[in-house]
Parts: sequence; structure tokens; C-alpha cells
Amino acid sequence: MNRAPLIFLGIFFAIAFSWTGIILTNQISYGSLTRYVNPDDGKAYPQASPGDAARGKLVYQDLGCVYCHSQQVRQPGFGIDIERGWGERGSVARDYVGEQRVFLGSMRTGPDLRNVGARFAGQGGREWHIKHFYDPTITSVGSIMPPHRFLYETRKIVGDPSPKAVQSLLPENYQPAPGYEIVLKQRGEDLIAYMLSLKDPELYPEEAARVYVPKAAPAKKEVAK
Amino acid sequence: MASASQLASSLNPSASPELVKRAELSEIDASTKLPALFFFGSAILWLLAGTVFALLAAFKMHNPGFLGDFEWLTFGRVRTAHLNAVIYGWSVNASFGVAFWLMARLSRAELRHSGMLLIAAAFWNVGVTLGIYGILTGDSTSIEWLEFPSYATPLLFFAYALVGAWTVITFRFGRSKHIYVSQWYILAALFWFPWLYSVAQIMLIFSPARGTVQSLVNWWFAHNVLGLWFTPIGLGAVYYFLPKVLGKPIHSYYLSVLGFWSLAIFYNWAGVHHLIGGPVPVWVQTAGITASFMMVIPVIVTAVNHHLTMVGNSSALKYSPTLRFTVFGAVAYTFTSLQGSSMSIRSWSELTHFTHYTIGHSHAGMYAFFTMVMFGSIYYILPRILLKEWPSAKLISLHFWACALGIIFMVLVLSFAGVKQGIDMNSLPIGADGKPGAPAPFLEIVKNTIPWLKLRSYSGILLTIGHLAFAVNFVWMLLKPRPAGATAPTLFRNGPELEVSR
Repeated sequence: MNRAPLIFLGIFFAIAFSWTGIILTNQISYGSLTRYVNPDDGKAYPQASPGDAARGKLVYQDLGCVYCHSQQVRQPGFGIDIERGWGERGSVARDYVGEQRVFLGSMRTGPDLRNVGARFAGQGGREWHIKHFYDPTITSVGSIMPPHRFLYETRKIVGDPSPKAVQSLLPENYQPAPGYEIVLKQRGEDLIAYMLSLKDPELYPEEAARVYVPKAAPAKKEVAK
Repeated sequence: MASASQLASSLNPSASPELVKRAELSEIDASTKLPALFFFGSAILWLLAGTVFALLAAFKMHNPGFLGDFEWLTFGRVRTAHLNAVIYGWSVNASFGVAFWLMARLSRAELRHSGMLLIAAAFWNVGVTLGIYGILTGDSTSIEWLEFPSYATPLLFFAYALVGAWTVITFRFGRSKHIYVSQWYILAALFWFPWLYSVAQIMLIFSPARGTVQSLVNWWFAHNVLGLWFTPIGLGAVYYFLPKVLGKPIHSYYLSVLGFWSLAIFYNWAGVHHLIGGPVPVWVQTAGITASFMMVIPVIVTAVNHHLTMVGNSSALKYSPTLRFTVFGAVAYTFTSLQGSSMSIRSWSELTHFTHYTIGHSHAGMYAFFTMVMFGSIYYILPRILLKEWPSAKLISLHFWACALGIIFMVLVLSFAGVKQGIDMNSLPIGADGKPGAPAPFLEIVKNTIPWLKLRSYSGILLTIGHLAFAVNFVWMLLKPRPAGATAPTLFRNGPELEVSR
């Protein structure tokens, strides 16, 4: 009795079933989700990243940051991401529609970075990242994040010191020899630009009306303050 | 040229069918010799390389400055190099070798034109080398389980197609009328993997899907590589070696069929449990949880089948290396799968997801189950294709104990670390006034995991010792001269006749 064709059919339908259910159905149901255009300012949210941040995302990708840092805020009532200050709201699918590659992540050896641009913003945020990437323990004592000194360059000062030199931000023991200065390589600049760009916009009206928000959430928020 | 089996029967019409069968098997084994050696040899090299990457990554976790100035050795890259070296280097190479060897034996067909498989092995290994090089130099895609840069992909695909085609051809030319359950598993795996891999390549790299549909594709792929490739190959090997070494049939034919189909139906929906609580539709998460739980059926069925085959024969574990590794793997399969089902429960996932607990679980699956079964298989296959025995039973014993204790230790340590990490990270400590206080500071959580991470490094050293013992024994076996006449199998100690030598 040759049952090979029958077995093959079963094998085929088994995978076709999950492919249809998980991939195809979702691709059809929300694979063409678009940005939300705010009628007040006419801008589409989430906004596209500026060029340097987009390049920085590639640095994030090639260094493998995703293996320690997630980029998704859990919904209120599931974990305590919001109480931790990792975001003001849970992440929704629309937050990711503009991204060429989505880095949800599966590990939190380090904190979630979905809204790191809100926690460290502006010039102060930039300086924090400059110190942190050079040696994470400068800003975060006990951190096990690897130092990223390869994103910097120690070079001889030729002529006037560069206005971009960063060693003045670093502690004593990291100062270069006299006559030398430390600057960020372009990759480092881009990565920091990416960090500063990471911030989800206010919740879109459609999701705000639809997404389940448990009643306990506001009470927890007060505690966090 | 008359085959040895024909020769045997023509010379002596009353030759026992057993002898003829052995002669036939011996010919089939001989036809797989070169490709099997190529695949196993490179698998072992990748195992060693993957171990080095693993040790680097493990040390870096509690000693972040270690080799910190080399960009190509930064944690995110060595960790990824480790994963890909042990998955695509070690595990897939080993599973290719085991798959076509088993297929040839079970179909009772010699491997035809085995040179094509040598080409496949060359392409696969060049592809993996290129991929690892790409990861270390900054071309990783950072898509979990699919990190190889796109220039490595065509080589891998071509190699895979060759191996797949050759295994199916061997099956088609088979003289055996019966299709044994191991063959079901292997054929299914050979069909499932290219489907998974193509969809993932297309929807993640060549023409990326929008938004978190990518994440669904990613975990559908990544979990199914485990469930629809490694698991079937591993189970196929257990289904072959367990009864083979014990010299008795598997406990129940019908259970093995039930186990196969329930795995085929449920496993491929389970991957979504990696996205519980994430920004993907809730119904698909629920479907993933349901499927993960339904996996209890194939797991229990398979466990009953394997373990009842073993019952009453446990004394054989004292003697046979193949049996010892395989049974360890089969028991680990039961444990890991049930653990995996439990991890899909929402509240348990809330706690353990994003922590070292998951890393422990993945090592329980890929190592304690799959890798141990592959070790057992290689211990059985190599003497039969090389026609000589393993040189040192002591090294096999060292290999077993170092790896068995090492992996149990590692899974325990990571599980404790993960649960502690998960509790600290996801709950508000209750203060003296009975109200929830502020969350534990993140750096506090990091600090609490460090002792566990150090213990994990020690467990890694144990595994390294085991791998070295294995590699030394392998090389020694290749180099030692073939003895004249029949040989006895290498057993841990002299005992009753357990394995026929060819």
C-alpha cells in the first residue's frame, strides 16, 4: 500500500493552514495599515525618521542591540512598562507601519527603548548618550551593557580643537593624552540620532476608541508619580 | 557489479535472511560514507566555533568590558554568531547527515550519485561561513534566527534543495514497502523548511511586510524551524535508534502516527506565543496560546511511546552510548515541550518573556533534546560507515557527563535568573503600608542576575569540555587504522550484546 501521496497531502495542508492563518490573514487584515493623518497639523503619524536617525537604525541593527533591548511597550495591566516610565501608553500596530524593519525584540537584558527619545531628549539627552555609549557605567553604575568606544575616535588635534570634541563630557580617567581629542565617528552620531528619535506619538483616535484599556490603569499611574 | 547481498545469497542459498539484510545495510551505509562524513565533520567544527562564540558572549554578560574594544566581537554580534553557528552550522549539518543516512537505511536504497551531496555540503558550509563572517563584520539583518545577510542565502538555498532532492529521490528508489514513522518525520521536515524559509526571506528581507506583520512572519518562521525542522528530525532519530539499539519494536505504531499528525497540525501555530502582549492582533496571540497548549497531545503521546519502549530496558543505558544520549534527548523533549506549553500561559508569559528564562528554555530544546539526540545518532552512524569503532569509551563517557550535567545546570540557572528577573521587572513591590510601591530600579534587576550569569558561564565550560572530548574522539577515530575483520561496538562497559557492529 503506497500511502506516500496521502501523507504528503497531510504535510502540505498542515503548514498551509498556519501560513494562511498567521501570515496571509494578518497580511490582508492589517498589512496595509497606514499612518494617521492628523487633521489639525496635516502631518502623518508616526512621522518618518530623519535621515541620520534612519542611518542610526542600521547601526542599531548591525551591532545587534535588539538582542538586549525590546521596542514595545506592554499594555497597561500586562507587566508594568508604563509605571517604569517606558512609555505613556502601550504600543499598537500602527506605531510600526513606517518602519522598514521592525525590532520588537524578545529580551530585556536592558530597558525597553521604544520611547528612549522621550526619556533622554535634546542636548542633555545627546550628552547622556555620548557618555553612556563611551562607557555605560559612567551614567549607569552596574550596567552590563558593553562599552561602544569603537564608535569614537581619539585623534591628534590639528590646528584648532574640533568643536565636536566630546572628551569634556567624560570623567578624568578617560581623558586622552594632551594634544589629542575624542570625537564621535559618523556611525556614533547616527546611532545617537536614532536614540533621540525613538518616541511614539500620542495614541491615534481609532486605536484610542478601540484598544482595551483596563480600569486599573489610571490608579497605577498615580502610584508611579 | 553484483551487490554484496546478491552475492551472499547466490553463494549460499540457505544464508540466513539476517545475514543478507546486514550485507545490504552495510552497502547502503557505505554509499552514504563520504557525504555523511563531510556533514558530520563540518558539524563538529561548527559546534566548536559556536562554543567559542557562546563562551565569549557568556563572559561578556557579566564582564562587559571583556574584549570590548573590538567592534566585531561586541556582544550583539558574538551572540548572534553563536546562535547561527550552532543552528545552521552544527545542528543543520548534523541533521542533514542523520536525515539522509536514516532515509537510505529505512528505504533500503543506496544513495545514488553521492557526489551531489558533497557539493551540497560544500555550498552549505561556504554559505554558513559567509553568513557568520557577515554577522561579525556588521551585515546582520538582526531578524532573529534569520540573521545571515542576503548574500549567503542563495548558497544555503541551493545546498538545501540538493539535500532535499537527494533524500526524496533515495526514498523514491527505496525497496521498502513500508513507510516507517521516522521517514514521515524526515519527509515532512524536508518539505516544511523550504516553505518557511522562502516565506520568511520574501516577507522580511526582499519585500518586507508592513509593520508588525513582520514580527508574525518572524516568529512563525523562527519557532517553526524548531518545531517543523529540528523536532521532526530529532524525533525521527529517536524513533529509529531507540528500538534499534534495544532490539525491540517501538511501543505502539498507532501512537506514533497520532503523535506525528497532532504535531503537524498544532506545532506550526505555536510560534505566535513569542508575541503575547505585543502589538499584534489579540486573536492570533490567543490562537498561538491554544496551539501551544494543544502541543501537550503530541508530546504526551510521543513521550508515552518512547518511554514505554524504554521501560524494562533501562539497564541498557549502562552500556550503549547511543542509547544514553538518545534517551536523555527524549526525556528532555518531554520536559521542554511541556515547559514550552506552560510558557504560553498569559500570566506566566508576562513574567518569563523578555528574561533569561526563555534563553534557558531554548537551550533545553536545542541542546538537551536536539543536540543530545544528534550526538547519540553520530555515535551510532560513524562506526557503521567507517567500519571501525570509537577509539575511547572514556571520552564518550566524559562527553556524556560533561554535556548532560552542563546543560541541566545551565537550564536551571537561567530559569532561576529569569524568574527573579521577571518578578522584579513586572511587579510593583508591596510597601509597608500595603500599597504597591515604586518599581525596582532597573540596574538593581541587572545586578541580581549577575551571579546567575556567572554560574551560566561555568555551565558553558562544562559543555566545552564535553565538546572537546567529542571532537578528539572523532578525529582520533578518523585517523586510526581500520582493524581487520569484524569489530565489536564501543560500549561504556562490557555487557550483553546490544548493537550489531554493521
